[in-house]
Amino acid sequence: MEIFGIPTQALFGQLLIGLINGSFYALLSLGLAVIFGLLNIINFTHGAQYMMGAFCAYFLLTKLGIGYWWALAIAPLAVGTIGMVIERLMLARLYKLDHLYGLLLTFGLALIIQGLFRNEYGTSGIPYALPQELSGGRNLGFMFLPNYRAWVILASIVVCLATWFVIEKTRLGAYLRAATENPQLVQAFGINVPRMITLTYGFGVALAAFAGVMAAPIYQVNPLMGADLIIVVFAVVVIGGMGSIMGSIVTGFALGLIEGLTKVFYPEASNTVIFIIMAIVLMIKPAGLFGTQR
Amino acid sequence: MSAVHELAPDAASRAEGLAHQRIATAVMVAFFALAPLVAYPVFLMKVMCFALFACAFNLLIGYGGLLSFGHAMFLGTAGYASAHAAKVWGFPPEFAILFGTACSALLGLVTGLLAIRRQGIYFAMITLALAQMVYFFYLQAPFTGGEDGIQAVPRGKLFGLLDLNSVWAMYALVFAVFVGGFLLIHRAVHSPFGQVLKAIRENEARALSLGYDVNRYKLLAYVLSATLAGLAGATKVLVFELASLTDVHWTMSGEVVLMVLLGGLGTVFGPVVGALIIIAMENYLAQIGSWVTVVQGVIFVICVLTFRRGVIGELGRLIGKPL
Repeated sequence: MEIFGIPTQALFGQLLIGLINGSFYALLSLGLAVIFGLLNIINFTHGAQYMMGAFCAYFLLTKLGIGYWWALAIAPLAVGTIGMVIERLMLARLYKLDHLYGLLLTFGLALIIQGLFRNEYGTSGIPYALPQELSGGRNLGFMFLPNYRAWVILASIVVCLATWFVIEKTRLGAYLRAATENPQLVQAFGINVPRMITLTYGFGVALAAFAGVMAAPIYQVNPLMGADLIIVVFAVVVIGGMGSIMGSIVTGFALGLIEGLTKVFYPEASNTVIFIIMAIVLMIKPAGLFGTQR
Repeated sequence: MSAVHELAPDAASRAEGLAHQRIATAVMVAFFALAPLVAYPVFLMKVMCFALFACAFNLLIGYGGLLSFGHAMFLGTAGYASAHAAKVWGFPPEFAILFGTACSALLGLVTGLLAIRRQGIYFAMITLALAQMVYFFYLQAPFTGGEDGIQAVPRGKLFGLLDLNSVWAMYALVFAVFVGGFLLIHRAVHSPFGQVLKAIRENEARALSLGYDVNRYKLLAYVLSATLAGLAGATKVLVFELASLTDVHWTMSGEVVLMVLLGGLGTVFGPVVGALIIIAMENYLAQIGSWVTVVQGVIFVICVLTFRRGVIGELGRLIGKPL
C-alpha cells in the first residue's frame, strides 16, 4: 500500500516519530512558557535539566534499583528541587535587571551542568531499558505501534492538558495568571509572590525532567541530549509565541508532525524545517501564531 | 534595556572621555605591535581575530541593546566562503577576505530583516535558531567538507607581492585588519548614526516619534556587526589555513558573548580584553580539555551575578572615565 508513492509503513512510522518528538517539544516549550510567564526569563538550562531527568532515572535504576515508574515521579521532584535552589540562590538576584541577564546566567549554568556530565560519562549514550509492562507493541493493521511510544504520546498529552487545566481553570492558576499580569498587586492581596515564583520555576523544571525520564528509553541517556534540542524548542516557542499555554502545546505537537513528514518527503531539510517555519512565521506574524506582541 | 546602559557609561564619553580613549587606543595598538616580540605570534593573531569578532558583537549589544546569540554564523560563513574562494577558485588573499566578508554581510541582511522584528529575549532566541539553521546547512553542504572542514587553505600573496606564508607578513595583515576594524567601529559609534542607535536603545518609542526609522537603524547596525564579524572570520581562516564547523557552532556564539560580558558590555576596550583573557585561558587550559566548558560556564555565572560591569567597566569606574 502506498500514498503519494511512499509506502504507508514508512509514512506512518515517520509520523509516529514526529508525534514522539512533538510530545517532547510540547512538554519542553510548555515548561519554558510557564517559567517565562511569571519570571520573564528564558530558561536556557531547560535542555540540561531535561538531561538531568534522564540521568536521574538512570542513577535510580543502577544505584538504587528503583525502576521506571518510580523514576517518573522521583526524577521531576529531585530535579525540580535543584531548580528551586538555583532560583532562590541565583535567579532571584536578577529580577530587577534586564531579562537578558537571566538568559546569560542560565546559559552559563547549562554549560557547567553539561560539561560536568560530559566529563564523567562521555558523549556516547547509555542505554536505559524499556519498562517491562510497556515492551512489545501491537499491530494496527496499517502500522506496528510499539507500546512504549504510544505511552509517551498519551502521557505527554495528559500532562500538558492537566497543566493547561490547572493554569486556566483553577484558583491556583488564577493567582498565577494574576501574578503574571501584575505581581505587586497580587502581593498586596496577601499572596506570597516570591514563593509562587520559586514553585513555578520548580514546576517548569520538573516538566523538563519528566520529559527527560520519558526520553531515556527512546534516545538513550546522553549528557548532550538536551543541548541541541533546546535550540529547536526555542524556535518552537518563537513560532507559537509565549502568550498562551494551549498555543505552546499545539505548536509543539504540530511541529513534531511537520518534521516527521519532512523526513518522508524531503529528508535533507528535516533538520532545518522548524527554523524555516520560524522564519516564515516571523515574516507574517512576528508575535508568533498564538502570541501577543510585548 | 535598563541594565545594559546601567553598566555602559558611554553617555559621558564626550571630549575629555575621548582624550582618555585616544591614549588607551594608543596603548592597545602599541601592545599588539610589540607583543609578538615576546609572545607567540599565532596566539596573538588568534586574539586579534577574536577581539575584532567581539568588538563587532559589542556594537550590537552595547550600542544597539540587541543581544545576538547567533554571531557564529557570520564568523563561520565568511570563513567557509573565503576558504572556498582561496582554495578552489584560487582567489588572492585580499579578494578571498573581501568575498568572505561580503557573504557575511549578505547573510546579515537576510537574517537581520527577520530578527529585528522582535526584541530582547526573542531577538536572542531567533538569532540562535537562525544560526543553528546555518550550522545544519554547512554540516550537510558538500563544499564544506563536513566534519573535516576545508583544510590547507592557501594563504597566497597579498596584492601579489607580500608572501603571507611568512609569519610576520601574516601578522602585519591581521594587525592592520584588527586596528582598521576597531577604528571603524569607534567612528561608527561616535557618528550621528551611533547617537541615533543609542537613542533607540534608551527609548525606542521616543526615537520613533522623533521621526527616526528605527528598524532601518537597527538593521544597519546588525549588518555592520555581521560584516565585521565576517571580516574577523575570513582573516582567522587565513591564519589557521582551516575553516571548520567549530566556527559556526552555537558554542562559538556563546563564547563571544562570554568575551564581551567578561571584558565589559558596552565598553570600547572590553571586548578586546575579554577576547585576550578567554583565548589565553583556553590556551593554558588546553591540557584539561573538556573542563574548558565548565570553566566558561562558571565565568558566565560569576560575571552575571557579581561582575556585570566586566573588567574594563570596573576599571573605567575606578578611574572615573569611560573606557
